Amino acid sequence: MNELVFFANKVVISGFAIGSVYAMGAIGVTLVFAILRFAHFAHGDLMTVGAFFAYALTVLFPTAGASLGLPTGFVMLPLAMAMTALFAMALDRLFYRKLRANGVKPVVMVMASIGVALMLQGLVRLFAGTASRSFFIAEHKEIFRIALPIEGITRKLVITEPQILLVVFSVLVVTVLHFFLTRSRFGKAMRAMSDNADLARVSGINTQTVVMMTWVISGALAAAAGVLLSLDVSLKPDMSFNLLLPIFAAAIVGGVGSPFGAIAGAYMVGFAETLAVFNWSVLLRPLAGWLPAWIEIPVKLAFVPTEYKLTVPFFILVVVLIWRPTGMFRGKVL
Amino acid sequence: MHAGYGGTLILKGVDLQLQQGQIGVIAGPNGAGKSTLLKSIFGLLTVHSGSIQLAGELITNVEPNVLVKRGMAFVPQEKNVFESLSVEENLQMGAYLRRDNYNHLLEKIYADFPPLAIKRKQPAGELSGGQRQMVAIARALMMEPRLILLDEPTAGLSPLFMEEIFAQILGINADGVSVLMVEQNARQALTIADQGFILTAGKNRYTDSGQHLLQNPEVAKSFLGG
Repeated sequence: MNELVFFANKVVISGFAIGSVYAMGAIGVTLVFAILRFAHFAHGDLMTVGAFFAYALTVLFPTAGASLGLPTGFVMLPLAMAMTALFAMALDRLFYRKLRANGVKPVVMVMASIGVALMLQGLVRLFAGTASRSFFIAEHKEIFRIALPIEGITRKLVITEPQILLVVFSVLVVTVLHFFLTRSRFGKAMRAMSDNADLARVSGINTQTVVMMTWVISGALAAAAGVLLSLDVSLKPDMSFNLLLPIFAAAIVGGVGSPFGAIAGAYMVGFAETLAVFNWSVLLRPLAGWLPAWIEIPVKLAFVPTEYKLTVPFFILVVVLIWRPTGMFRGKVL
Repeated sequence: MHAGYGGTLILKGVDLQLQQGQIGVIAGPNGAGKSTLLKSIFGLLTVHSGSIQLAGELITNVEPNVLVKRGMAFVPQEKNVFESLSVEENLQMGAYLRRDNYNHLLEKIYADFPPLAIKRKQPAGELSGGQRQMVAIARALMMEPRLILLDEPTAGLSPLFMEEIFAQILGINADGVSVLMVEQNARQALTIADQGFILTAGKNRYTDSGQHLLQNPEVAKSFLGG
């Protein structure tokens, strides 16, 4: 039974946490694709930038969270989200809008976004160096060890405060987004523009405003994902590329252009990652008595070594694209 | 008026006029510039020279969303509904610029187009061709326009639906909305037209009342199939 608790700690809790990060990122990628029709490769860097905004605020006011009983980095999250939303709008104004005005092909936009990504990575390193940092400057990270009231279980369920915040926050965000897209006048206009941009324009929808709103939402969500992940692990200047690939996999697996597909794809990728790197020997060892004698349980038995975790999303991506090219929720065909 | 796509000029001196409350029909062979003309009027293409006026106000090259506010609506020929949105959401998008309560108008439209009332929660993409055309026209009516531009509203429809759409257009006109439409089925369209315009090679060849054009032997011979 202790082994199952270990499984829950390593796979279920971690899977939910990383899946939530991917979900917030993948929603942004999928919204940008739905409205602007290009794959935004600088999305991972919006996350890094958002996380550094929150970090800078945490350094400036290291004790701001103490009075609320929450990590300071989390208290700074709304501000960081707003700053990143503005930042994303500025990126659009400076680069993407000019290209759109010239009516360039989507592949040019993609290339431009790779350029923006490299530039942002350079900027982050210029200001913050290459070292990892912890958000917990004046505080310490709360880790909950929950003893389960079941006979024979000595191992405790381990969950960190940032993980709880991460899952709660992403569930909240997804719910709000759902009501925004299906109930509000503006959310419907976003869906309308994604469906048929020409007709949206003919209907009197200001497509420029919809584009701005798309950047605001995806920028804010990117910041949330970046900050919450950095709170849980640490703030690494190179986190963008490690996140970008699973996020794209999640968006494509779910069906590009479909926000709910992005969420489903994100949790699928998150759980697949944690399942793939899990040491299955732990679960097999208690069964050793029933197994034939010639089977020897190795010390470590995982599908993929942790260092190669990034191969997992790609594997899923390829399988899904062969089986169902538009993704699980039938998005736009790429 | 002269207009076209990018550098290519398609309209080379069109001149037409429609009185408030009238139905105008633009007919002519393929490639004459009929659709281009409507798109130019609605600000979707650049007008290079000449001018367009709506009730005496200059609207040359004015943005579509401004024109919608001024009481003009446009129904494109193709892809004229939001397929993934429900019928009701399509109508709400037609009323996007309205900030007042327009429930009475929704009810009126559902009364005028009964099939839409039944399918109001269904995605418009699942509807039949004729019903989609109704959604498209109803979406344009949500701003209660003074003038509605229709680009081949009966293209690809069965004769039965064609009759129905023509009847709807007459009904819209009876509510005081001016209609300017491009039509392939010129003979049928001209019978309901107050003004008819026969376009060839980017110019209007004949301009007359619908009845006169139908009786004109030259027009009948060249453009209405004898």
